[in-house]
Amino acid sequence: MSWFTESLSSSLGRKLIMSLTGIFLITFLVVHVAGNLQLLKLDGGESFNIYTKFMTTNPIIKTVSYLLYAGILAHVIYSIILTRVNRSARPVKYAYEKASTNSTWASRNMGLLGAVVLFFLVVHMRSFWFEMKFGDGVPMVEYDGEDYKNLYALVVTAFSQWWYVLIYLVSLAFLGFHLSHGFASAFQTLGLNHKKYTPFIEKLGLAFAIIVPILFATQPIAIFFWTQTGALDPSVYEEMIKTAQLAGQ
Amino acid sequence: MNLTLKIWRQKNADASGKMQTYNVTDISPEMSFLEMLDVLNEDLLKKGEDPIAFDHDCREGICGMCSLFINGKPHGPSQTTTCQLHMRSFKDGDTVYIEPWRAKAFPVVKDLTVDRSSFDRIIQAGGYISVNTGNAPDANEMPIPKDVVDEAMSSATCIGCGACVAACKNASAMLFVSAKVSQLAMLPQGKPEKQKRVEAMVAQMDEEGFGACTNTGACSAECPKDISLTNIARMNREYFGAKASSENV
Ligand code: HEM
Ligand code: FES
Repeated sequence: MSWFTESLSSSLGRKLIMSLTGIFLITFLVVHVAGNLQLLKLDGGESFNIYTKFMTTNPIIKTVSYLLYAGILAHVIYSIILTRVNRSARPVKYAYEKASTNSTWASRNMGLLGAVVLFFLVVHMRSFWFEMKFGDGVPMVEYDGEDYKNLYALVVTAFSQWWYVLIYLVSLAFLGFHLSHGFASAFQTLGLNHKKYTPFIEKLGLAFAIIVPILFATQPIAIFFWTQTGALDPSVYEEMIKTAQLAGQ
Repeated sequence: MNLTLKIWRQKNADASGKMQTYNVTDISPEMSFLEMLDVLNEDLLKKGEDPIAFDHDCREGICGMCSLFINGKPHGPSQTTTCQLHMRSFKDGDTVYIEPWRAKAFPVVKDLTVDRSSFDRIIQAGGYISVNTGNAPDANEMPIPKDVVDEAMSSATCIGCGACVAACKNASAMLFVSAKVSQLAMLPQGKPEKQKRVEAMVAQMDEEGFGACTNTGACSAECPKDISLTNIARMNREYFGAKASSENV
């Protein structure tokens, strides 16, 4: 092994990878939640569809998105390696433990919290990313003479189902707990601990862990609510998808 | 006061152990926890039974030899060493669980005693300075700012008891190692070898089978000497810096 790979496979090297990929995922959350606020416009999906076309075709964004998939993969792989090593470091468990008096629940359950977030990511990617890229059921729309994939139709159809919204809300809560520890922890791992900044980073992390999941949650909640009140008619969008599927076959 | 004790009994390193119940009576609240165990052991000896093995030496909180995971916490309910824990911290009729430190790198020798020579090997890997001791230098020859000295001395208060490892869900030794790295890295005598030192000590720590740090903070919360997490951040900085710039390929 070269000095480089050797360093990265030490305990601290692995933590460095967790921290850097974690911070990268945090920046992605900011961009993702900001973009998705387009869903809160009741404009038949026009601004959302224009936004998604930009995000899926712009070469810079596409490059970053591949980096992002690599980042998620690295974060998950290293979380498995670390969790396994950490478990094996204590082969015999205590009969009686009072860990709640010395640490937070989230900090002790990052693996569990991460696993739920991963499950959610798979569901989420299957519903939207996979359909968008490989599915044959994506209807097309035209704005100002230009063709757009109508991802909005998929979103409304998905979020008109209460159980689907519920999966989102539960997963977002888990993400919040993951971040409530992870955000500040990532800075500590990098060695960035300072009297002047650490208290601020900890507060910022807590605020981030609460606000970002809530912002994400507004989208499924709002759309579900609108489909219930009649402000949005999901059957229109389901019809579009059916037509597209028939045409695709 | 009378107590029910649930104590881990294990004949030797290869035997499998189990929790066993003992009753002690007429315990004075003024006794230290170890004196209470002495009373129990005298009782066992009189009955012709094998006394319970546990570690201790100074019994004044400075050597780091005593251990014991008491009622779910290293060194028991208050943030001190077990030898400085007094029976007034318990109530008449309490049930008290007493277990050895649990870590792959701290194998049980007998009953409640564990082998902590993994810590010694980490120190041997680099926790020293390679200069010949001569006469004490003149006090003002090497100016060191007061706050730096204070910080280094506060890291140096670590007595190497291993409570950090015992408390950590990953049985990580990073608080111990970081305190030792810090106390030397901050002072002029330790600076020349600081890169080599941190690389060697972290490598030895990994080799001994300790887990990695998840920044739960349990170690510092349970540390009888209140060693702070800033040491871990400092060690990470030193380590990443050394890996990136040292001459050791
Ligand atoms: C958007 C998604 C995610 C974000 C923003 C995120 C963020 C973070 C951050 C910032 C940390 C702290 C790193 C450190 O302590 O240095 C962390 C730790 C961790 N993450 Fe994630 N994460 C995400 C998804 C996941 C997933 C999908 C998994 C696993 C299946 C996972 C498993 C873990 C684990 C186990 C740790 C603790 C590692 C340790 O022991 O130090 N995370 N995460
Ligand atoms: S016996 Fe020395 S610190 Fe407790």
